[in-house]
Amino acid sequence: MQKTENRRPGIRRRNMEKRPDSPSWIRKNIFLGMTFREYVKSNLTISNGIAALILSVAIPVMIYRLVFGLGASTNLTDTNPWGIWIGVDILCGIVLAAGGFVMGTAYYIFGMKQYHHFIRPAILTSLLGYIFAVFALLFDLGRYYRLPYPMVVSYGLTSIMFLIAWHFALYIMALLVEWSPALFEWLNLRKFREWFSKLAVWATVFGVIIAGGHQSALGALFLVAPGKLHPLWYSELLPVYFLLSAIIAGLSMVIVESSLTHRVFKKQMEHFDHAEFDRLTISLGKGASAALVTYFFLKLFGLAHAGHWHLLNTPYGYWFLFEIICFVILPAFLFAYGVRYDNVVITRWTALLTVVGIILNRVNTSLVAFNWNAPERYYPLWTEVVLTIGVITMGVLAFRWIVNRMAILYDHPDYESLH
Amino acid sequence: MGIGRREFLKRTAVIAGTALVGKSASAAEGTTGNSERYGVLVDTTFCIGCRRCEWACNEWNKNPNQPIKSFEDKSVFQNIRRTHAPAFTVVNRFTNHNDSTPIYVKKQCMHCEEPGCLSACFVDAFKKTKKGPVTYNPDVCVGCRYCMVACPFDIPAYEYNEPISPRVTKCTFCFDRISKEGKVPACVEICPTETLRFGKRSDLVNLAHERIRNNPQKYVDHVYGEHEVGGTSWLYLSAVPFEEIGFRTDIGKKSIPSTSKGFLFMTKVFEVIAVWPLVFAAFYALSKLKGTHAKDGKPSSGDKAEEHGKKT
Repeated sequence: MQKTENRRPGIRRRNMEKRPDSPSWIRKNIFLGMTFREYVKSNLTISNGIAALILSVAIPVMIYRLVFGLGASTNLTDTNPWGIWIGVDILCGIVLAAGGFVMGTAYYIFGMKQYHHFIRPAILTSLLGYIFAVFALLFDLGRYYRLPYPMVVSYGLTSIMFLIAWHFALYIMALLVEWSPALFEWLNLRKFREWFSKLAVWATVFGVIIAGGHQSALGALFLVAPGKLHPLWYSELLPVYFLLSAIIAGLSMVIVESSLTHRVFKKQMEHFDHAEFDRLTISLGKGASAALVTYFFLKLFGLAHAGHWHLLNTPYGYWFLFEIICFVILPAFLFAYGVRYDNVVITRWTALLTVVGIILNRVNTSLVAFNWNAPERYYPLWTEVVLTIGVITMGVLAFRWIVNRMAILYDHPDYESLH
Repeated sequence: MGIGRREFLKRTAVIAGTALVGKSASAAEGTTGNSERYGVLVDTTFCIGCRRCEWACNEWNKNPNQPIKSFEDKSVFQNIRRTHAPAFTVVNRFTNHNDSTPIYVKKQCMHCEEPGCLSACFVDAFKKTKKGPVTYNPDVCVGCRYCMVACPFDIPAYEYNEPISPRVTKCTFCFDRISKEGKVPACVEICPTETLRFGKRSDLVNLAHERIRNNPQKYVDHVYGEHEVGGTSWLYLSAVPFEEIGFRTDIGKKSIPSTSKGFLFMTKVFEVIAVWPLVFAAFYALSKLKGTHAKDGKPSSGDKAEEHGKKT
């Protein structure tokens, strides 16, 4: 029976579903089985109202930026050429999208099959994270229409940014391949789904190299500014810090995001083993705890190597200690506590704390401790904040749209699991 | 994009080649000690703050300008200024703490021997030319502004108010003038005092040290730019320590490109090494996939596809 189904071309199968007695493909797959009127009505919710409100401000701001330029829409200056569109949208956006890379490594490389249910949501989060980070980047680039230039026109081979540009492009493609089986299940293209499922293994392996390379390269970006980044944050180990904290962020984000989606998309989780899910969440916390301890000691060695102990007793030193104590040592301890006492609630809140800490680290590196000695400081203009919130909102809406339609949180009933 | 197949292949080969060798042609050009390079020696003890260099610079580079008379206005010295999109050079006033006399300091691109902007640019818009100037090509610039982050002297500025085609701007060292025999940069030409001296960089380094030797009471024993971030084409002499007249003396002798070079090299090495275990992991994962299918008694529908995948 399986075989005959496999032989049937996907397109024909799709057409067959358009018989008048069954709901049309569009109604079934786009409008979630409702009529257009019902579908619109079902979307009149408070959360959608908030999203609409945000976008009704953010989209005009995006247009404003394109029409009037960076000068009118940002607080950027010649001394502070990078603002939150780099510090938050790119640096935080990319590090928090490390879940796909971390889970992909655990699952495919280390063969941790028990994380099967974490893979697809993590990959989708990463894919959307990257796509929307690059979307936000377009507004920051002075000549956004030249985005492909480093790929096709002119090559700056000595630039770390060059490495990042190529790695972003390649990694987005790898993530698309990794995500595509879910898309083909939705489109009911069986042949494509089988073929791309195999290709996805290669894409994941390729993605491990690529993601590791550019996560560390984002830290290496600041290597060229030894005179501008505060010595407590500047270190030759910056690439290592960024890579290791990306792994921590990936693990924490998987915990945070899976906890949220399981709450929001409760209906899809009816046949789900929640005890098993909690157990796996705690063991992700175990990994994060180990990574945080390693990260802490590397920070310590970096500090000792540079001999910057005396700087700890300055205002920037207190801020540095705040970051390390509250967002590295504390979560490392709390994750370990969650493991020891089998406490999944602690693990979830600690993951959130860690995510906040990673965001703080990226903001510190790119904005707070950057140009610490400059005559003028940077504070974002309201339009910069609104555009950032708008892009995040778009990402969340895209995530929900896909999760509601494709087999992301569960195995598609018509397809045998490939995992 | 208007590049032919031949050009594309050539460029691909260049990428592959440099990925292996780890050194780009433009960086190789930036080796220090080229005696053919030009430079300018700025002796701040002679500067009278007339700001005619600013006027001449605007004039030559077609930046918005004002009548030369208006540059005599001393009120601009109340603030320390930096270079901006329409101002490639600015003169600032500092006070000599020994005798309360003013010290005027011209600021512009230092034209590093190994430029940070060049190594930061991901579309290779900057060039260190054989004659010394660091030039910028707006035709490929994407506007990421990483050059501004990388510049240790905070020189490149950006046309933030240009919505469609903003450019990075900075002093060009009047490369279009000095490449002609006997011509000097516009600022040097107009300078009414001995402040600006154009010549071969190696000669200027000697001249600077000679002046210090002949007048040790007048100068601090430091030629700024001789070694800073690997050396710069523009050199400065001063009567007071350089940090008192707006110079960064904490930026070290290490060039900016050398801060990122090691990382790029290590990344390439790691990525190449990591390929092999990962390829084996992929084969292993695929074989296991096959195994589970067989165990479940299901015909593994993807066998054909898998073989195809291996070929690619």
